[in-house]
Amino acid sequence: MKQFSEAGELVCPAGTPAALRTAVDSGADSVYCGFRNATNARNFPGLNFTTEELEAAVAYAHARGSKVLLALNTYPPAGKVDLWRDAAAIAARVGVDACIVADMGVARHVAETYPRLRLHLSVQAAASSPEAIRYYCAHFGVRRVVLPRILTIPEIREIRREIPCEIETFVFGNHGLMVEGRCSLTNWMTGESTNMDGVCSPAGQVTYEEDADGALRSCLGGFTIDRFARGETAGYPTICKGRYTAPHRPEGYYAFEEPVSLNLARLLPELMAAGVHAFKIEGRQRSKSYVRKVVGAFRAAVDAIRAGAAPDLADLVVLTEGQKETQGAFQTKKWR
Amino acid sequence: MTETATHSPARRWPHVPLAPLRALLQPVLARVVRRIARRHPEMFARIAPYQTADFMIVAREMPFALHLRPDPDAPVFRAVPRDPLPGHDARIEGPFLLLLSLVDGEEDGDAAFFSRDLVIAGNTEAVVSLRNALDDVEGSIAQETADLFGPPGRAVLAALRRRVLA
Repeated sequence: MKQFSEAGELVCPAGTPAALRTAVDSGADSVYCGFRNATNARNFPGLNFTTEELEAAVAYAHARGSKVLLALNTYPPAGKVDLWRDAAAIAARVGVDACIVADMGVARHVAETYPRLRLHLSVQAAASSPEAIRYYCAHFGVRRVVLPRILTIPEIREIRREIPCEIETFVFGNHGLMVEGRCSLTNWMTGESTNMDGVCSPAGQVTYEEDADGALRSCLGGFTIDRFARGETAGYPTICKGRYTAPHRPEGYYAFEEPVSLNLARLLPELMAAGVHAFKIEGRQRSKSYVRKVVGAFRAAVDAIRAGAAPDLADLVVLTEGQKETQGAFQTKKWR
Repeated sequence: MTETATHSPARRWPHVPLAPLRALLQPVLARVVRRIARRHPEMFARIAPYQTADFMIVAREMPFALHLRPDPDAPVFRAVPRDPLPGHDARIEGPFLLLLSLVDGEEDGDAAFFSRDLVIAGNTEAVVSLRNALDDVEGSIAQETADLFGPPGRAVLAALRRRVLA
């Protein structure tokens, strides 16, 4: 089995058992997934794993030298913790390699009840300072932090020097730019919570309508959040990437961020040199086809870098939101 | 339930008697969906809340649409008129070869949506459930369907796949 401490570990998404097998077969060092309930932040219809499916997935991955990480990265509402306790118990029983947690209560429960189960701190915890990360390490034995997508590479290098745990960063996929784990935009518009129900822009409240001129209107909770002209590339129906009018911008503009995906393929060598242990690919809601293409491309790139060769960077723009890519804050804080 | 008018196929298929063609296809489509239901019970579990939802699958080049109701006990898959479409919960529309690639697990549905090649309308949650359920099927439903018709079926699928790659 591959060691967690090997630099450049590729952490890949799986929304279904078939996607998990595809990720493993495409070269994933680790695969992260979640249960079919509110315990994870991709609680989408038709997605995720039953207990039996997770058990089979762990066996499949372990037999091929890959690890399985379970996302338990939502926040239990007060007094309703049984779902998270049950999930942790199943994780320990079926032998997942780590739980990815955000809530301190969940972290404490896992640390005290299953001390041999490794803990990773989810990006949903939004721990971006050495002080915050050290707190989670000291109190809950967190072994890895998934950094929010707001830091430059020099900042990551500085943090690495001051924390006792591994660092994981996103390198590809949906580019969440809010303070993760704290964003209430979906809750505000739909009454459902990204952080407690695991649903950012729940599909049940999303509608797409075509206007007479061929434009596509995407709506959430009855509110129009973007309108794509005929032929214009589209994005996810998320509020943070909506296009809005304002008194000074009557034509409509992207107030927070435009539909765009993160792609740090060109920065992999710098990230490894900065002390990043693991590269995370976003996209548990995406298809096997996406998993196969993205994981395969990053597997080849990481292997080339490890061999001292220049990585052959595949063109993945066709898979990106809005068919646009960014290096976001990793390259420069001038990004936004 | 909504009724929708899609781009009329009459221009592309001016001399094709559509009603007899649909009648000819119904037993074939019924056989396909019964076989898939028998071989992939896990797919129907994944789509559980929408097993009685009516999906209209519209391949832009075809003279008819396909009506799918993924009820494991009484699955429906039949050819229906396009203009207007019968009442439905959700509509999925795109070029035939794209829809084939999606069912084949070769293309990513989100990417096809971003590029505007794929259009979805109606109950988005039902569409997302169907997409995820189909994507969890190991192997290829298109291949299984082709196998049902022996060497001629496989030859047709191979020819279509060559067009996808062209």
